[in-house]
Amino acid sequence: MEKFNKLTAVAAPMPLVNIDTDMIIPKQYLKTIQRKGLGKNLFAEMRYKDDGSEQEDFVLNQPAYRNAEILIAGDNFGCGSSREHAPWALLDFGIRCVISTSFADIFHNNCFRNGILPIEVSQEDLSKLMEDAERGANATISIDLEAQEIRGPDGGVIQFEIDQFNKHCLLTGLDEIGLTLKKENKVTEYEETRKMQQPWL
Amino acid sequence: MGNPRTLYDKIWDSHVVDQLEDEAYILYIDRHLVHEVTSPQAFEGLRNAGRKVRRPDATFAVADHNVPTKDIEKGITDPESKLQVDTLEANTAEFGVPYFSMTDDRRGIVHIIGPEQGLTLPGMTIVCGDSHTSTHGAFGSLAHGIGTSEVEHVLATQTLVQEKAKNMRVTVKGEIPLGVTAKDIALAIIGKIGTAGGTGHVIEYAGDAVRSLSMEGRMTLCNMTIEAGARAGLIAPDETTFEYIKGRPYAPKAGAYEQAVAYWKTLKSDEGAHFNKEVELDASELIPYVTWGTSPEDALPITGSVPAPADFADEGKRGAAERALKYMGLTAGMKLSDIEVDHVFIGSCTNGRIEDLRAVAKIVEGRKVKDTVNAIIVPGSGLVKIQAEAEGLDKIFVAAGFEWRQPGCSMCLAMNPDKLAPGDRCASTSNRNFEGRQGQGGRTHLVSPAMAAAAAVTGHLTDVRELG
Ligand code: SF4
Repeated sequence: MEKFNKLTAVAAPMPLVNIDTDMIIPKQYLKTIQRKGLGKNLFAEMRYKDDGSEQEDFVLNQPAYRNAEILIAGDNFGCGSSREHAPWALLDFGIRCVISTSFADIFHNNCFRNGILPIEVSQEDLSKLMEDAERGANATISIDLEAQEIRGPDGGVIQFEIDQFNKHCLLTGLDEIGLTLKKENKVTEYEETRKMQQPWL
Repeated sequence: MGNPRTLYDKIWDSHVVDQLEDEAYILYIDRHLVHEVTSPQAFEGLRNAGRKVRRPDATFAVADHNVPTKDIEKGITDPESKLQVDTLEANTAEFGVPYFSMTDDRRGIVHIIGPEQGLTLPGMTIVCGDSHTSTHGAFGSLAHGIGTSEVEHVLATQTLVQEKAKNMRVTVKGEIPLGVTAKDIALAIIGKIGTAGGTGHVIEYAGDAVRSLSMEGRMTLCNMTIEAGARAGLIAPDETTFEYIKGRPYAPKAGAYEQAVAYWKTLKSDEGAHFNKEVELDASELIPYVTWGTSPEDALPITGSVPAPADFADEGKRGAAERALKYMGLTAGMKLSDIEVDHVFIGSCTNGRIEDLRAVAKIVEGRKVKDTVNAIIVPGSGLVKIQAEAEGLDKIFVAAGFEWRQPGCSMCLAMNPDKLAPGDRCASTSNRNFEGRQGQGGRTHLVSPAMAAAAAVTGHLTDVRELG
């Protein structure tokens, strides 16, 4: 997993609430058996017309936002299906950070497993960032994970919260499975006790 | 005696293997269910790292999302769908994971066959790379969806790194009126608290209305919990639960069963346990629900009208309502019961169980599906299909003009050939009315099986109580 520490990039505004994972990556693209290559299908049904040509007014099709690496979105981002194809598609497109007032649980977890930083901010801060993002390519936003700070184009700073385990994983690009496997003896111990207490399992 | 604990606290505490840092814990997983869409990359990850599946005996796999529901004998024609199912088959063989093949009568939607086979038991932790894993919470097991990286983590370690969620209780009181089902209760709850209403929480359902539900009804309720944003839904196990489990193929056998029941009886929230959030609902006041928009929270009683964007105080919701009305092709103010449908889909892990099919049969027996409506019934598993046929339900359905299909996820998400065309409008017993969910441009109205049956007969959303 790629590490995440600092990022300065264009932010694309998506002022919609309840952006679900079906929208982020429609089911016809879930048939892949790989993690890569989903970027072109990100938001496919909003991004392309029926004939496959681009929907000009969709934010990521506008020249200013084609290289966006940050997404600013409305409440409850990533709700619905657990498909990790959603963060895979975001990442493959180039999005490394999503900012919203709240995230759905599974999507939130999936982001951290893929080097994407989901940041929760207040409604007030979100509105400000949304306005900033609407100014286009000249208004870049900076994220500093170590310091837990978002810096707007006008220099305003927003502090954000993040739990320390996930922060550590992102900063170091940690292999979580490797980490758990180091505790294998504890798992074995647990299994042995369980076998005595609940032999039917 | 320690502090009073909730059911969630108890299951959580009994599965903590270790604490990693701050709020991150290693949680032991008792049962891991696997399907073809969210597992190929996880098995590949294992292979690349030279890792094994730690407990194949606690893992169970089945293909459901891509499986055709017609002419299954001919196999899968879509090459990508076929590759995904073949990959699951090869992976389960390579890693020694039990698997029900596409020709096995016991196959079906993963959340239907877990309980059906007795793989789902009270007090367990259950995960699956699928958000509707919440279904299994109906048994008093802590069950939730995970992403593919987490699937790989569970395969390799039989554990998951988790933070503890908060406790929320939804109490549903009163007697459930005729024509109202668990689906209506679920929609009413989501309509009330919203699709983010449960975010960060595990919901325990309590109250006499919940107690009065069958296991099928409880599964419907817990299934929809994810649409309220909660990590999991839970119902404390009771006699109804124990009775359902008894004698199922993978359930504890005599001797062990009694020992298990004695433990299962301790699985309930203690008196005075703390819930961070409480919601109450009176079931006796409910009438059947339908959704009008593109989020499950867009739910209203069938006697209502399509709302106007201006009805919403919140700016975000106003925008969403405007977009939803446009997508759904509806005008504010029109009566919900005037909405005409051209498709009816009965099935899915929400409402594809035998009780759901019986409810449909009761409504459609001696009636005909309106000739403008294309109606299909997809049983949730091979065993549900066999049971329905043994009861003669299939004959009732076919006589009424329904198509009677083979089991699978089908038009719940339209990854297989069953899908809506742009502009098609469907009364559906599934769980999501998102844009494009049942096919690009398709329009979904979520309803109970009885309400779907009523819509099939009349050709428009209909209050099933009027059909008697
Ligand atoms: S029936 Fe629908 S919701 Fe259930 S597992 Fe299948 S696709 Fe998911």
